[in-house]
Amino acid sequence: MMLTRAAPRIAVVVFPGTWSERDFAHVAGSVLGWDATMVWHAETDLGGADAVVLPGGFAHGDHLRTGAIARFSPIMAAVRAFADAGGPVIGSCNGFQVLCEAGLLPGALVRNDHLQFRCDWQHLRVAADGGAWLGGLAAGEVLRLPISHGEGRYVADEATLDELEASGRVVLRYADAGGFVTDAANPNGSLRGIAGIVNPARNVLGLMPHPERAAEAEVGGTDGLRIFRSLDRWLSEQPAGAERRL
Amino acid sequence: MRWLAEVHVSLRPGIADPEGQTIAGGLRSLGFASVSQVRSGKLLRITFEADDSTTAEASVAEMCRQLLANPVIEVATWELRADAMLDEDEALP
Repeated sequence: MMLTRAAPRIAVVVFPGTWSERDFAHVAGSVLGWDATMVWHAETDLGGADAVVLPGGFAHGDHLRTGAIARFSPIMAAVRAFADAGGPVIGSCNGFQVLCEAGLLPGALVRNDHLQFRCDWQHLRVAADGGAWLGGLAAGEVLRLPISHGEGRYVADEATLDELEASGRVVLRYADAGGFVTDAANPNGSLRGIAGIVNPARNVLGLMPHPERAAEAEVGGTDGLRIFRSLDRWLSEQPAGAERRL
Repeated sequence: MRWLAEVHVSLRPGIADPEGQTIAGGLRSLGFASVSQVRSGKLLRITFEADDSTTAEASVAEMCRQLLANPVIEVATWELRADAMLDEDEALP
């Protein structure tokens, strides 16, 4: 007897002003053959998804602060419940900013220290086991992913930064091609070179880079696929029936 | 009665303010050599109804706590005035 597993079902949340939802849906749906569904921010149900994506963009125009208004979108109650129940949630770029404003991750993302918008390829050092989204990668590995942001400088108070590091929740740092975390390799002035963090249960990942923009060789790289494949592996390891817990 | 709250949201001391630093540099390059620091922020003028000043104060504090300022990076201060005390050209439509 051969057991087959249904393709992962991914809910991609779309706020007014989100711009990376189609890239995420393209990678999940067309590149990987998964089931990707767009979920408008005014909805209240994630439709039984296995994983949730908060994509990049400028949700609600980034007015007041990045992510400040998106946090109150109706769908966020469902995202919070899904995350609290252990469901995998990834927030990339603006999605990371939304997760911080919503309190699902600590800290905040502020204006890049040089005030410029940065759109470039960036090396990242995997700094710790990343749970649901980075579990297939080993600490010390180097990824190359695009960044595209004006407000990506991660800040938190010293106690929070210490706690994040001590608990291995800083999972991605800006690095050079050799994997060295240096000030020169830091594209936005993020404290301690932080590019991505996870929550204590390691099912919620926030990162400034764009894995969905590095999933086909034609666009310059495929390291982003490794994050999607880590999720696939994580989902396959969950006890039967646990995946569609909501 | 109607109230006007002028809420000032600024970055916490210790949070780098590259916009303020850039503006300070601009002022110095214009010849204002004595400028030592600029801190940027935003001003929000909020008109709303409340029965009395205590209620109005409490409302503004709650607006700041829930939305207007992110306590990780920002602090909010405000001035509150009853609508009748507004100057003619300050009164909002």
